Amino acid sequence: MNKNILICGVGGQGTVLASRIIAASAMNMGEKVMSAETIGMAQRGGPVTSHVRIGNDVFSPLIPFGQADMILAFEPAEAVRNLKYLKKGGTVIVNTVPVKPVTESVKDTGYDGSAMTAYLKKEYKCVFADSDKTALKFGSTKFFNIIMLGIACGIGELGIDGTELVEQIKRSVPAKYLDINTEAFNEGLRTGEKYKGDQ
Amino acid sequence: MTEYIMGNGAIAMGALKAGISFASGYPGTPSSEIIETIYKRKHEGVYLEWSVNEKAALEGAAAAAMSGARALVTMKQVGLNVASDPLMSLAYVGIKGGLVVVSADDPGPISSQTEQDTRRFADFARIPVFDPSSVEEAYEMIQDAFDYSEKYKTPVLFRPTTRVCHAYASVDIKDYDRPAVCEGFVRDSSKWVIFPRLSYINHGLIEERNVKIGKELSSYRFNTVEGISEKAVVTSGISYAYVKEALKDLKEVKLIKIATAYPFPEDFVLEALRGVKEAICIEELSPYLEEQILKTVGKYHLDTEVSGKINGRVAHNGENSVELSERVLRAFLDTDGKEEDTDKSDIPKVPARPPVLCAGCPHRASFYAVKQAAKGRKSIFCGDIGCYTLGNAMPLDMVDTCLCMGAGITMAQGFSHTNEDTACFAFTGDSTFFASGITGVVNAVYNEADIILCILDNSTTAMTGHQPHPGTGFNLSNGNTVKADIGKILEAAGVKKIITTDPLDHKRSVEAVKECLEEKGVRAVIFKSPCIAIERSDKKCAIDREECVNCKKCIHETGCPALIISEGNVTIDTTLCTGCGLCKNVCPKGAIGG
Repeated sequence: MNKNILICGVGGQGTVLASRIIAASAMNMGEKVMSAETIGMAQRGGPVTSHVRIGNDVFSPLIPFGQADMILAFEPAEAVRNLKYLKKGGTVIVNTVPVKPVTESVKDTGYDGSAMTAYLKKEYKCVFADSDKTALKFGSTKFFNIIMLGIACGIGELGIDGTELVEQIKRSVPAKYLDINTEAFNEGLRTGEKYKGDQ
Repeated sequence: MTEYIMGNGAIAMGALKAGISFASGYPGTPSSEIIETIYKRKHEGVYLEWSVNEKAALEGAAAAAMSGARALVTMKQVGLNVASDPLMSLAYVGIKGGLVVVSADDPGPISSQTEQDTRRFADFARIPVFDPSSVEEAYEMIQDAFDYSEKYKTPVLFRPTTRVCHAYASVDIKDYDRPAVCEGFVRDSSKWVIFPRLSYINHGLIEERNVKIGKELSSYRFNTVEGISEKAVVTSGISYAYVKEALKDLKEVKLIKIATAYPFPEDFVLEALRGVKEAICIEELSPYLEEQILKTVGKYHLDTEVSGKINGRVAHNGENSVELSERVLRAFLDTDGKEEDTDKSDIPKVPARPPVLCAGCPHRASFYAVKQAAKGRKSIFCGDIGCYTLGNAMPLDMVDTCLCMGAGITMAQGFSHTNEDTACFAFTGDSTFFASGITGVVNAVYNEADIILCILDNSTTAMTGHQPHPGTGFNLSNGNTVKADIGKILEAAGVKKIITTDPLDHKRSVEAVKECLEEKGVRAVIFKSPCIAIERSDKKCAIDREECVNCKKCIHETGCPALIISEGNVTIDTTLCTGCGLCKNVCPKGAIGG
């Protein structure tokens, strides 16, 4: 298997856990995995990316431009920022809920993510998600990363078994949140399955 | 057992496998996770500490190594500047047990002040340096570094870069034993006491030894040659991975990887360059390999054209990537570039997203209090290294200078001696204060500077991942320990005016700064409130919709990321808000409560 998955968002959205779950699941399936993450000053509200690379013929921990099979974007502008990594015909799974940069709020430029979403819809194979709905249904946006994993799995392009991902989620989240995370994963899975094949 | 492990984790596990019984360091991105990994993993028989700074870390490790123990020291590249005093001398004196100094370089720079190159430091100090190109290699190579250190009785530098430190890979991590008890220090003043005579003798011996090490490293397993061609690429570190990736789509070249930049493996390079007409050096930071290759070509009158950073074929600054390597290689191999297949002209403009202080960060409240108190007065605000460097961003705009660890305190003094009628403020975090701020305070008192010292005490080393420090009352070897009291240290240094305040108590904090502004000499305000990532808060602020007039003053004054505009109204993002209440103090209508 050869898969490059780019996960992006804003510091604090749970992108790192999502990337670790994908990587660990692939490893458990006997695949060679490599990844890279943003750590340090950039984490403080800045853009964050995790690159997950699965396969034998891989050297760079960062995905080369135009080679990501899939982008899991937790924020619409971050999806657009990272499009250079996406391969031709690749899929973008994107949260339509924007995180406004403080600089935007201070300057009142009115960024609301809609221009990003519209552009993505026009140009790319997209699956849209909504973290506000997650917050309403599950009581918090903190389960959104697991929903994103579910979607990625559901559209059938991740190359990793759902059962393997669920096993890994079990190992990665506190026991008391296991049920709600499993529910979140299944919710994502159903959303993804709707898009399967007919994007 | 195969583990999915971070580069820094692999370095830690490699050091444990090598049998270290002493490890010390000072936090700094991208090196911090090495000590943290050792702490979390099995390490009986290993003494472990977060030192007060890099100099202390290396000096402690030097003594351990002089006692025959294997010792590891970790820091980021600018930390090596702080540790350079002991390092330079230790290079002359030497050690007994293996001593490896990990100095993590940060091309970009991504989280650093400089793009300095640790390989130059190795050359400067005349000690070997190892440069891993992947996580797997880092695990193996750190073990080799200990062997070389012990064999040649010299400290050895190990320099991974950010993309190796923070990459993850599946690595076969071997089990390791508790380290053997070291022999102990054997007194010998002709050996361990640095005197001019000893330095003179050892300097000669070191230069002789380095020739030998260079020869031995010529057959080192990680100095490698792949392929046959008249065109060669010379590379090292993560650039090797980028070049390998870029070469997938390009024709054959000879690929020369140099994992030991100093002592330069000249025999290996001479052999590798045989039949090579053109060589290009693709490396990050300085053109170190390029200079050595040029030197070798000149020395042996080789008919090889050498290019790289020096002749402008490769950029001097910034981090390398697969794309940059590919562009350089295409030009070098006269291969056409890939065609851009899509028109990107209608791509919407992506908003800039600079890092900011977290919602509820006590530093924001401290900066805002000083800003309010100093309003209308000519002031200079000296910043320092840590999360609070982010106080420079609009709308706070409270950092006029930032140079290096601890410099804020001493620079404020310099400004006070040269700028009349100016309030000179120094902002220093608690960890920075202990690392290199205290001597600056002593200097200020001694030389009668006129400064206001603002200690931003959030009870942790936040930026690098919340490591403990002397003010936290916690250490890595025993857990609870004596808590250093910043106020008492200032008092002992002779600071007469010291006010401690909770920055979230806005009124009192403004008063404290105003009170200091009325006086002369060295005055200090200790703003004490824990980092929001350490002490979680369930409190939330709430906006009274009836009262709020949407003037946005709260946003424009504080820049708190939890204050957002939603459907035209100022709204609090309750997922971010910690209820710090700073916005309550700003609101002219008293519309914020909670």
